[in-house]
Amino acid sequence: MKERNAISILDYGSGNIRSAQRALERVGLEVEVTSDFERALESSGLVVPGVGAFGSCMSQLRAVRGDEVIRARFESDRPILGICVGMQVLFAGSEESKEEGLAILPNKVNKLAAPILPHIGWNEVTEVAPLQLLKGINAERFYFVHSYAAREVSGDVKTAIANYGEDFIAAVELGSLSAVQFHPEKSGDVGLQLLKNWAEVL
Amino acid sequence: MSLATRIIPCLDVANGRVVKGINFIDLKEAGDPVEMAAIYAREGADEITFLDITASAEGRGTTLEVLRRTAEQVFIPLTVGGGISSVEDVNQLLRAGADKISLNTAAIRNPRLISEIVDRFGTQVLVLSVDARRARTKSGFEVTTHGGRESAGLDALDWIESATSRGVGEILLNSMDRDGTRSGYDLEMIRRVREICDTPLIASGGAGDIQDFARALADGADALLAASVFHFGIYRISQIKDALKGAGYVVRESSKLGKN
Repeated sequence: MKERNAISILDYGSGNIRSAQRALERVGLEVEVTSDFERALESSGLVVPGVGAFGSCMSQLRAVRGDEVIRARFESDRPILGICVGMQVLFAGSEESKEEGLAILPNKVNKLAAPILPHIGWNEVTEVAPLQLLKGINAERFYFVHSYAAREVSGDVKTAIANYGEDFIAAVELGSLSAVQFHPEKSGDVGLQLLKNWAEVL
Repeated sequence: MSLATRIIPCLDVANGRVVKGINFIDLKEAGDPVEMAAIYAREGADEITFLDITASAEGRGTTLEVLRRTAEQVFIPLTVGGGISSVEDVNQLLRAGADKISLNTAAIRNPRLISEIVDRFGTQVLVLSVDARRARTKSGFEVTTHGGRESAGLDALDWIESATSRGVGEILLNSMDRDGTRSGYDLEMIRRVREICDTPLIASGGAGDIQDFARALADGADALLAASVFHFGIYRISQIKDALKGAGYVVRESSKLGKN
């Protein structure tokens, strides 16, 4: 039997981590939920979840040195998967808060220009460039819950977009850094396939 | 490319068992909410809602267990309502595997609870459930409690405005006049609520005719919750989605993964 990859989910007090844990275990990964700096730094993959407000996520993230872990992993090209606000914190900041983001991605996160918010439900995700995460997944829907998103990403970043009131960035890949605005752990078989695709390259 | 209309089956659960409409699907173990949720998910449900109608404290423990087991095998959003009266109740449900909770009577008794939940867990976890019926109030609609048996003494539109100002992720609007009648949604009520709020609106109560679902969307609903039409096997989820598609609405169709 192939040895299972051990990954970690960064536990910084945000969100329903157990959903992500169960979904990642379902695709064959060994999952540790941790807020320990070294363990989060050394695991073969790090999942950064996040729900709620950008500002409180950022300050809670800093409280466990999660910002340092993410930067260090990014600089040494170790796999990271950001989910929802866990994606937004990678940007320079958000219209939602004065708190600064990690600025690994230079752009800002803005409130979606749509008449009804939050954007809740299953929406189509379209690749701008082929993504590892979306390998074998074409014109499928993922589950979103958010009011803020990045409209664009500068630089050599591969993206997928979705539309709610306007086009926004639904997924990014930059080296070993991956992030999604939607919730793969709540997106049924399609979401599990995405997690499997991520696990493949760990 | 746009957001799909959500179809949400609701399961009434008491003491860890489904209590309504357990005869229509060939279940290995009739009335197991975990198995029923899995079946609905396979049939295309976009979310699942459990309404906990358990009265006793011991029974509530079994609800948490049901939730844990469901969340292990059903990877779509799960909402739980019924009997929630504190931040700690919410915390327990979320830890057991709920993604959202729906709040009804407790929010009416103590509106500050809305803010407390939202501050701790974010607006996205909170569905405000409003059981409304026609009455001689300012808007012509009032809020009820106890499954529509008692008046809460609140105008429905006033209540929705004040609750949403505290930050609610979604509104579940139940028509108590239409509930269980299968005579159609209360479309006027949906229109009136839509006019005053920009929060996602889930319509519930009265669905009977297959065209009722599209009518509710035309009048401003964003998602549709139904119990009896599914429980009694009147419609399959796919039939409703086909009817909505025929009426020009976007629905999530079954995944094409592995079918090429």
